Amino acid sequence: MTQIELRGIEKFFGAVQVIHNLNLAIADNEFIVLLGQSGCGKTTTLRAVAGLETIDKGDILIDGKPVQHLKAADRDIAMVFQSFSLYPHMTVFENVAFPLRATRMSSGEVDKSVREVARVLRITDLLDKRPSALSGGDMQRVAIGRALVRRPKAMLMDEPIGALDAKLREEMRAEIKRLHVKQGSTTIYVTHDQIEAMSLADRIVIMHEGFIQQVGTPDEVYSHPANLFVAQFVGSPVMNIAEARVADQAGAASVTVGEAPAGFEFPHQLLSKLNGHAANGGLTMGIRPEGVLVRHDAAPGYMPVEASIIEPLGSFDIVDLKVGSTMLRARTKAGYVSGPGERVHVRIDPEQAHFFDTASGKSLGVRL
Amino acid sequence: MAAVRTSSEVAFNRIAIAAVLVATLIFLAPIYWIASTAFKPKELAVSVPPTVLFQPEVTPFIRLFTKRVQMQKPVDPQVYEAAPWWEKRIYDGGERVLKVGKDVQLSQYPDRFMNSLIVAVISTVLAVGMGTFTAYGFSRFKIAGEADLLFFILSTRMLPPVVVAIPMFLMYRMVGLNDSHIGLIILYVAFNLSFSVWLMKGFMDEIPKEYEEAALVDGYTRMQAFFKIVLPEAATGIAATAVFCFITAWNEYAFALIMTNRRAQTAPPFIPSQIGSGLPDWTTIAAGTFLFLLPVAIFTFLLRNHLLRGVTFGAIRK
Ligand SMILES: Nc1ncnc2c1ncn2[C@@H]1O[C@H](COP(=O)(O)OP(=O)(O)OP(=O)(O)O)[C@@H](O)[C@H]1O
Ligand SMILES: [Mg+2]
Repeated sequence: MTQIELRGIEKFFGAVQVIHNLNLAIADNEFIVLLGQSGCGKTTTLRAVAGLETIDKGDILIDGKPVQHLKAADRDIAMVFQSFSLYPHMTVFENVAFPLRATRMSSGEVDKSVREVARVLRITDLLDKRPSALSGGDMQRVAIGRALVRRPKAMLMDEPIGALDAKLREEMRAEIKRLHVKQGSTTIYVTHDQIEAMSLADRIVIMHEGFIQQVGTPDEVYSHPANLFVAQFVGSPVMNIAEARVADQAGAASVTVGEAPAGFEFPHQLLSKLNGHAANGGLTMGIRPEGVLVRHDAAPGYMPVEASIIEPLGSFDIVDLKVGSTMLRARTKAGYVSGPGERVHVRIDPEQAHFFDTASGKSLGVRL
Repeated sequence: MAAVRTSSEVAFNRIAIAAVLVATLIFLAPIYWIASTAFKPKELAVSVPPTVLFQPEVTPFIRLFTKRVQMQKPVDPQVYEAAPWWEKRIYDGGERVLKVGKDVQLSQYPDRFMNSLIVAVISTVLAVGMGTFTAYGFSRFKIAGEADLLFFILSTRMLPPVVVAIPMFLMYRMVGLNDSHIGLIILYVAFNLSFSVWLMKGFMDEIPKEYEEAALVDGYTRMQAFFKIVLPEAATGIAATAVFCFITAWNEYAFALIMTNRRAQTAPPFIPSQIGSGLPDWTTIAAGTFLFLLPVAIFTFLLRNHLLRGVTFGAIRK
């Protein structure tokens, strides 16, 4: 039973502010993922919660009690570090036992706890080895074991599998998920890999330059990005973004991007939903590649365009389509567009379109 | 990668190996000379041309460890027959071993050797210990004027230590530190500390701070983390630093000569003082020097792997 609450955290390194007014409430057993680019303050936030970094303003509450003045050792939190996993001079067993040796636990109990964790993590036959004899994946497994063994109030993980290769990462991702489901503990997990975030998180916290951009379930941040940053950060291939003009055209709305001669057809209610936002310009439309619909032959609502670059990605292709002065990337069946220069017809699925205020980048919350 | 070597690479390789061999020979020649002289009969030590092949004997070592006097008249054959083998070797040389009653009088060499050990070991432990703590502080905490302080620490190395020998001697005499173990130990710690701090700082910087932070999060105090994590991780650096400090203290001559004369005298000033009057006895001096070389050689040999990493510290990234 552990809740963590961050209230108005600010952190400076010298004159540089790396965390701005960060507020976050984490429920018991929740798996929270901090997602953001390199240098956005993820590690700093995690270290502040662990007690390895002081904060300049705000409160950190664990189960309602402020802990920002407590030493790391007194917070009963475990952490898996970004750049450290195991002590090279100790065996795997000693590494896992290390956190327990700080307590008054008898050596029999230590042995029992270590073996229990080893069993859960399937590292029993590694216990006598030195870290240098382990593979990268096993090393991270043991590092997670170190964190689990003490049954801490909360787990902090800073890119625990970021250094592994893609295949192993996938395996370990599943493993971490399995562990969380099984052991259940309040977890803050840091990564810059959105797939990791999507697959693990109960809720994702997207950070950028020390600001929280959005907090939400994986579905929320994907389907309802709060701003342009989140829209482009989450989802792969990246969402198309283009300045758009909206006009009333014979009972429908027409959305023009890239100064194209014609607009895409949208339901008329877009106009009322935008509530005049289109009039003063400053409107940006976002559409994921799967929302850009492509067909060979002409059809009502489809606009003729020319394909330029085609990226085959195995199960599907990403096709760059020239619309006016801008490019829209569409996701098509593999091989659907045969080559650059081919003329195809394109439409935007109104239901998948997002609209943002260009100046602030904020989502207008308009969905059709 | 398949190693395809061009002929110029092979030639270069041969030249490199030859250079290493020559260098090794140059370094080993004096050592060979000392070692061989230590086992030579007295008259061969200064023979011209130098003798390379000879029947080795241990008489120089017997002379090294005993007090002897010249014999005025030949020894009584009965006494000679009753003497142990090593005493006969002395009689053969025209000397007899000095005794009080039945007790053979040992020379001062064992005492001086012991003094060297005491001073070198204690000063090394202190210099490396203090250096390790200081380096840890510099490496892990924000210290105002850190760069300046490190520079000041190094500044003790910026003049030849002998420059201060005379004033130091006068001050030591005033406070009664001359001819004392403590006096020499303080001096050697002062010499070695700056070196030890700098070398250890390099090693400490190489230990990721996450090592300790992980321990802090796991419920250890910083002190516990230092002893359980930092010290074992720094073992290589500590060993390398210790070897260098030990060699410096062990071999120091000038201050030992000035500051000590009897009680606390170390081996370096003592050995040459045994040249004595008349014909110098090079074989005994060589024997003393040879034994004196051994501790450093053994110490260094035991720690040679650490040492190799130590002298190239900073160059190797894990
Ligand atoms: N000890 C420090 N002193 C000064 N600046 C720091 C320190 N630690 C981090 N920073 C700066 O604070 C910012 C946030 O760093 P942080 O390590 O939290 O980023 P991150 O999101 O974890 O990045 P990454 O994905 O690369 O690990 C960065 O600009 C970084 O340069
Ligand atoms: Mg980080």
